[in-house]
Amino acid sequence: MDTRADKNGVDLRIALLGAPNCGKTSLFNALTGGRAKVANYPGVTVEYAKGRMVTEKGRVIEFLDLPGVYGDCGHSADERVTIDAVNGRLKGEKRPDAIMVVMDATHIRTHLHNVLQAKNYGLPMVVVLNMMDMAARDGVEIDVAGLEQALGVPVIPCVAVRSAGRQAVMTLLSDWADDVESLDTLKPEPTHSELKQIQKIARAISSQTVKEPRTGNLTERLDRILLHPILGPMILAALMFFMFQAVYAWSAPLIGFIEQGIAWLGGALTDILPDGPIESLIVNGIIGGVGAVLVFLPQIIILFAFILALEASGYLARAAFLVDTLMAKVGLNGRAFIPLLSSFACAVPGIMAARTIDNERDRLTTILIAPLMTCSARWPVYFLLVGAFIPDLSVGPFNLRGVVMSVLVLIGIIFALISAFILRHTVTKGKVPPLLMELPGYKLPSLKSYLLGLWQRAKIFLNRAGRIILPASVIIWFLSTYPNQDGDVRHSFAGMIGRVIEPVLAPIGFNLEMSIALIPAMAAREVAVSTLAIVYGASDSHVLGSMIGSNWSLPTGLAFLAWFIFAPSCIATLAITRKETNSWKWPIIMFIYLIILAYIGAGLTYYGAKALGL
Amino acid sequence: MIRIKCAGNQRKKTMRLDKLPLNQVARIKSIRSDDADLEMRLREIGFAEGDRVEIVHRGLFGGSPLAIRLDGIASIAIRPREAALINVQPEGQDGH
Repeated sequence: MDTRADKNGVDLRIALLGAPNCGKTSLFNALTGGRAKVANYPGVTVEYAKGRMVTEKGRVIEFLDLPGVYGDCGHSADERVTIDAVNGRLKGEKRPDAIMVVMDATHIRTHLHNVLQAKNYGLPMVVVLNMMDMAARDGVEIDVAGLEQALGVPVIPCVAVRSAGRQAVMTLLSDWADDVESLDTLKPEPTHSELKQIQKIARAISSQTVKEPRTGNLTERLDRILLHPILGPMILAALMFFMFQAVYAWSAPLIGFIEQGIAWLGGALTDILPDGPIESLIVNGIIGGVGAVLVFLPQIIILFAFILALEASGYLARAAFLVDTLMAKVGLNGRAFIPLLSSFACAVPGIMAARTIDNERDRLTTILIAPLMTCSARWPVYFLLVGAFIPDLSVGPFNLRGVVMSVLVLIGIIFALISAFILRHTVTKGKVPPLLMELPGYKLPSLKSYLLGLWQRAKIFLNRAGRIILPASVIIWFLSTYPNQDGDVRHSFAGMIGRVIEPVLAPIGFNLEMSIALIPAMAAREVAVSTLAIVYGASDSHVLGSMIGSNWSLPTGLAFLAWFIFAPSCIATLAITRKETNSWKWPIIMFIYLIILAYIGAGLTYYGAKALGL
Repeated sequence: MIRIKCAGNQRKKTMRLDKLPLNQVARIKSIRSDDADLEMRLREIGFAEGDRVEIVHRGLFGGSPLAIRLDGIASIAIRPREAALINVQPEGQDGH
């Protein structure tokens, strides 16, 4: 038994390939136990992830989870990453020893040519037929032995999301790690006529080995309703609306619970600690600042519970289909919908996900408008201000606050579309790119990977609270407490800084406290809430809400909300834009157009509200 | 090995996929290559000569985008501009 382990203790490197939605990432998570090193952000695979599995015989296999792509012609950035990885051209990565192609068992006929194309890489290969349970549900009959013979590589049926369904893959890999031999030398990427030829062979193989029923399956029947030209958009709108309602309605008891916990902790520490700066730092600075943001965790979790469920079930692609007409009108394609929806979590992964858009001008436009989607860092600000100024009333079956939140999100979307239209006619001028998007079959997501995804989002939020908001709270506490210590924020360092920018912001109705809050909000938008809590010395978000409600006029509060819809107040977004576009030009354009929108938007809101006598 | 059903049963003329009526089944005759890059991408996502296609959904405004049922198994969203590259031959009425 020869040992091929390298210095990292890896015996075998396997690259995972497959079309989008084939369940490749589920298989990867299952094989590596979900302990993968995902590059930066979870969600759509934009870079690649690495994870390890130890076989029954103690061999170490390292998997490379590559972006889901159809072919290997390098149309998009995603496809180029995949081709480079398999050919060993990826920086810092060795060429993989073998390829594992994952194929959706319900789509063999239309995807088989991709498997044949992958053989061109000249690496040892195994094909995993994933989602065999769904194929069985749809009545697809597959001659696995025949397929194996025709392809000349091992073919393993599998249900990645179930442990029993993965056993065959595990067993094969265990044997494989011992003796993998390289096939032949590297072949060039296929040309035009070759692809046509490969398709012919693939169709012939699938005609012999796969029998699909011609009757309408569940996906077809569901699509008849969900993609209906009139019902479809209505259902989408209702779903989005329901989502924002639920974020409000369902989170209330949990928020109350967290608030009580924070208030209890603050009270207990006040009793224990001696009066003085230490007590003030811990109770007002740290607990006040971090607590003000932490209470929004339930809302963030509920929001993501919806987004992840829509994504995993296959509905998101339908949403992209339904909005494509609208997107086409402003010069984007439906594909931009997925990066834009990711931006509701955070613009950073959204901007990274824009890599799946093959047209460069289209990608740039999507990146530039991504910050207008309501990211999770805005929610704490919205929750605070809507809670302070909008009464908790019922409007028919709806909660007024939920309605206002939906309107805020909608304004962001409308301005994103307008901005896209203007950008497409100026800085990112070019012809309209094509739309080519597969609508995956509907499926019930596995509970485990769903909860894992939800936990990852919660972790990001909590990490930010620890890594950004905690230190920011300490700094803000210091700046707003010293040098005067008389409790009047106007005489503190923060007051002095705030007064420098106050004259610029006063014309749009902003007061000193708001000016102070905007500076640290550059690090993370939600720090604005922490800052206000510290500056006003509010012990919890309830108190803060009522203090703001009584200290600010309604036009001022609305102007502040308008500012946060548009303002480019997030350094991380500008940094990732610089990285993804490899130029300073685009982050600068992004900053300028958004700050102008924010200033004008806040100003118009302020004077508009005043003119209406609010 | 592929069964190409283009024998002389009925001489129906070919048409562009974007002009195909809703829910009319047709077979792909050819994919035009005047936009070579787009042709390749249509092939990669699964369109090939001999495949059965059917427009199952059309967007409300201007009939865009189209959801194409490909070989009875895959649904693919494209716009009329992309569909115009695909020449199809309608098949006899399939019942419903």
